[in-house]
Formats: sequence, C-alpha cells, structure tokens
Amino acid sequence: MKPLLLSHFTATSCIGRGLRPTLDALQQGRKALKPCDFETVDLTTFIGEVEGVDTVKMAPDMTDYDCRNNRLAQLGLEQDGFSDAVNSAAEKYGRDRVGVFIGTSTSGILETELAFRNRNPETGALPADFIYGKTQNTYSVADFTRRYFKLTGPAVVVSSACSSSAKVFSAARRMIETGLIDAAVVGGVDTLCLTTLYGFNSLGLLSTQACRPYDIARDGISIGEAAAFALLERPDSNLQADAVLLLGTGESSDAYHMSSPHPEGLGARMAMQQALQSAGLVPTDIDYINLHGTATPSNDAAEAKAVIAVFGQGTPPCSSSKGATGHTLGAAGAVEAVICALALQHGFIPGGLNTNETDPLLGLNYQLKNRDQTLYRAMSNSFGFGGTNCSLIFGLAQAERLV
Amino acid sequence: MATEQRIELAAYIEGIGLLGPGFNDWPSSRAILVGSQPYQSSKTVIPTPELLPAAERRRASDIVKLTLATSLEAIAAAGLQQENLPSVFTFSNGDGINCHSICEMLASNDRQISPTRFHNSVHNAAAGYWSIATETMATSSVLCAFDASFGAGLLDALTQVVVEDTRCILMASDTPYPEPMFSKRPIPDNCGIALLLAPQASQKTITQIKVSITNDKADMFSDTALETLRMAIPAARGLPLLQAIAQQKKRRVVLDYLGNTRIAIEVSPC
Repeated sequence: MKPLLLSHFTATSCIGRGLRPTLDALQQGRKALKPCDFETVDLTTFIGEVEGVDTVKMAPDMTDYDCRNNRLAQLGLEQDGFSDAVNSAAEKYGRDRVGVFIGTSTSGILETELAFRNRNPETGALPADFIYGKTQNTYSVADFTRRYFKLTGPAVVVSSACSSSAKVFSAARRMIETGLIDAAVVGGVDTLCLTTLYGFNSLGLLSTQACRPYDIARDGISIGEAAAFALLERPDSNLQADAVLLLGTGESSDAYHMSSPHPEGLGARMAMQQALQSAGLVPTDIDYINLHGTATPSNDAAEAKAVIAVFGQGTPPCSSSKGATGHTLGAAGAVEAVICALALQHGFIPGGLNTNETDPLLGLNYQLKNRDQTLYRAMSNSFGFGGTNCSLIFGLAQAERLV
Repeated sequence: MATEQRIELAAYIEGIGLLGPGFNDWPSSRAILVGSQPYQSSKTVIPTPELLPAAERRRASDIVKLTLATSLEAIAAAGLQQENLPSVFTFSNGDGINCHSICEMLASNDRQISPTRFHNSVHNAAAGYWSIATETMATSSVLCAFDASFGAGLLDALTQVVVEDTRCILMASDTPYPEPMFSKRPIPDNCGIALLLAPQASQKTITQIKVSITNDKADMFSDTALETLRMAIPAARGLPLLQAIAQQKKRRVVLDYLGNTRIAIEVSPC
C-alpha cells in the first residue's frame, strides 16, 4: 500500500489527557487502573476511568449529542491542537474532502441503560429527553465528530468490538486511495458502561485486580475508556524525519467462535502476515509489537502462538499497553496506534505494567521494563469478539524512501 | 486547494439478495420494482438458516438470519460458493430485541446478563455468525451510519473492490426494536439487501455501476407505499438502485446518504 502520514494524533485515557501526560505516564510506568467505583456497578474488578468526563460541557450547538461517549470524544478532540489541525485540513482540502472514520463498540449505550431506569411507570415509555439517534446509536460518535468540524464528506462508524478503531485506519486508507477524499479523521472512542462491565463479568473474563497481560497468573481484563484520534493524509515531499507513517494494514476473520479466539491464533496470524505484505516488509523489519494482550488466558495464548508463527521463536520485543490503560475495547486500536507513534518518535519500548512473571509457555520476548531503543517500525495488534482481527504497521519516515 | 475532478468508483454487480416487507427474494421483486406488479406491503418472512450449525441456529437472532438469507441469495445468484469473500456489513442498529433485554436487566435488581446475550450485543454479531457459517476468513467491515448506513456500506464495499481488486459482498440489514425503544426509533420491520460486487465483468454480471458523491436530489418512489418503506427502514434507502437495475436500462439514480451529501450511481445493464 501507499504509506499515509499521521499528520496529527492525540490520545486521552486513564493515564492522561493528551500526548504529554500519556508519554510521561508510559515513561514513568504510572499505574492508573483502580478498583471499580463506576456508577452503581457492584463488581469486584478494576477499571481505567478518564477523570472529569462528566464535567465536559458539549459545544453549544451540540447539546443533543450529550452522553458520556460524546463528552469523552469532545474532550479527546480538544487535546494537542487536534481540532485546529482538522480545521486546517478542511480549509486546505475542502470540508467535503475530509472523511470521518471512528471506531466504537458501545457508543452511548450508557444513556439508554440510564433511560431504562427512568421509564414511565404507567406507559413504560422512555424519558422524553432521551435522544436515541444522537446518543445510543452506534453512529453517534462519528456524526458528532463530523458536525463538530462541520465536515460534509463521507463518515462512518466501524463497530467490530475490540478491533473497531484499528480497522478505521484500513477503511480510511482505502477511501483516500480511491481519491474520494484527501484526508481522514480516524479514531476510537469507547466509554465505561454497565453492558460491558456486567457482560464481560458474565463470561468470567474480568480480572479481580489490575490486569496482568502475558503473566503466568493472568486472569482477565480490566475495562478502560478512551478517545484517541489521528489525522491521515497523503505524505508530501518535505516530511520530517520523525513523522509517523501508516505503512501496512492486515485484516481477517477467525470464523471460529463468537467470544473465543481461534486456539492457534490462525486469524491473528493472517492479519499480521497481510500487514507485513501490504507494507512490503519482512518480520525482521519490525522493531516492536504492541500486542492485543488483553490478559485473558485464551487471548494471550492464541496471540502468542500467532506471533511465533509469523516471527519465529526470536520475536521482536513485545508488550501490551492494557496494564496501563485497561482494555479500552472499541478505542483500543486507536489508543495503541498513538502509543506506537509515541514509542517510535521517542525511541523507547513501553514495558508491560502489572505483569510479575511472564508466562514461559507463551514464548514471546515480552518486555516488563521500559527500554530506550531506536525504533523504526512497530506493529499493533487488535482482535475482537466475533473473530475480527486487524494488524497495523507504523513507521518513522526516516526509515522509508520517502525522505 | 479543492480538487475539482469527480471521482467515480466502478464495479460490476454479480448477485443480488433482497428481503423486506412485501419482498421475498430478488427475482420476484423485480416486477414490483418496475411497476408491472403492484407493491403490497406484508410482514417480512425470514427463512431458516440451514447453513448454521444447530447450536448457532438456536442462538441466532433475526438480524443474523436476515443477513444470511440475503447474502446467500446474492452468492448463489453469482454462481459462487465458498469463495472466502471479503465482506461489508452495515446495520443502522444491531439486534434490537437483544439490546432491549440487556437494558431491561441492567435496570432491574438482577444485572446478571447471560454470556450469549452479551456476545450477541456486539454490532458485529451477525458478521461473526456469518463468517462461521460460510467459513470465511477474509476481512469483514462492520459499519453503522444511522439512516445513511446503506450508502456508507456501499462506499466501503466499493473501496475494497477498486483498491484491493477483489470481489466483495455488501450486506445491509435492519431489524426493529421492541417498545419502548420502538417509539424512539420506529423501524417497522426487517429489511435486508445484499449485493455481490466484482472488479471485472463476468458471465454472471447483471449490471455495471459507477458511483460518485453528489449534492443532487435523491430519487423517490412515485408509489406511496414504496416511498414509505424507503424512508422507514435505512436498508431500504438502497431500493431505488435495485429499481434501476430491475428496469434493465442505462440510467442514473441518486441515493440518500448523509444530509445533502448523496450518492449518484450510473447503472449500465450488461
């Protein structure tokens, strides 16, 4: 594929609002997961909550979109000058030539969960001020983003569980390549809600402590929330050496089970191989793998088998960011894309948090401590329920022939 | 520096699947869409999905069965079988009944929703069941754009056909919510359209389409009941394209998409 430039990017999660706090948290190994005190949830688990989401005031003409997911989206868009960058791109290319591709798994479902507690006792009707289309509907966060920037081009939500906001890079890249658009706002936004907390609990997939990816005693996920965005454009001739490029994408389906990964990680393997192929790279070109690494016994086992099948026994340094951010579900792909971009630009491998003893059976070169190292190319894995897989490869411009 | 050139995405349609109120399959729907038979709305009948293993068949909801039915019709019409087709699923909402049940339980004193309810709640549940049933390991895009979902799916499928030079199956399906959600989102019945798109013409080609973005007005049905259906169910926003195909003549049709941003399609029968 033709590489695309991440001309701007930003991330907001429980480890920080925007790039600087996120980078500091990663470099200091700061732990931000906490015992669950969300809403009225009575589960023994840990969560990654973004502080202050409830106090975000929606832009004046956007109050119909008011729900936790769109509040977090707005908070995320306001960091790191990202909004200015999108507006500049819209002026440069035209508001009809900038697409919006956002991943989310649960959108504003929390709003509906709360509305169901406030049904009219006689008629059963939902409250009059509940606006389905602009809050709960899966598209609402892309609709919000498109209107926030007054864009008039194509827009869509990709909602394939935990691969959603990795797959937006692929969908946007295809549309840019057709020439239908010149730039794309891609990202992922997912927020805490009862459906995912009680749902993952029903599957026995919630850890009772801060999640420990790839640990010998890993016992499940910690759910987090996040908003992360990137502005994708075609690279021009005067790229900076530390500019981050999207080099490759790979996507596949397990066709195996609704909520368990393929035990040999077959779909995951195909996604990684395709990503390498589309980037014109070989396994030894990858300097770091940001694993999906949810910390469930089966996910990490299947992913490890897939990584070894592609990279051999001597894998590149690997880690999962979910010990820091929690599993931000539909936002995870975009959050981890930003973490890869920071790792590339600042030359370090973020060690996986909370893991005490790496599971020797998994056989990966899993990094428990931060390490300074020049990185040229990083792979990010995102896999989800329903057997949906996506691998992305990012690289520094200085390593490509474009510079 | 706005680009002035108009971009057209071209593809060939090799198979069509259709189910909806008053529409039982594509062959029997053509006469209705060209006006040689009257349109009579009646409750959508979804066939039993024989392809699903018994356990999955029991757990499968209407959106899964609807999507399987339309896609299998399109795949069979194209003379294909297990082709490992890249796929695009577009749903204006997910499984409404399942969503209702979860929200009802979470508002009650017993919040212990079942694992099946939870994994059926993901927007890509139908895509998961479909990939298992058809043994497809190729990529699937699972999309939502509220009322614009058909157009969003069509554009994504075309980008796959054009950029990856591959066949791709588009499945647009919608199912109703029960009350009280129904009052907030009154989708009256099940409706699904599947299109099998290919980058090159073949013996199975029905028509060529060339798709671009436009601000022109959308085509409406002159038949009141058909127009009501088009506006009531997002997947049915694709019906004017099917009408143009059924008419078997070269014409241009404009589909509703996002507000003033619409999709123009040049239809050329092959």
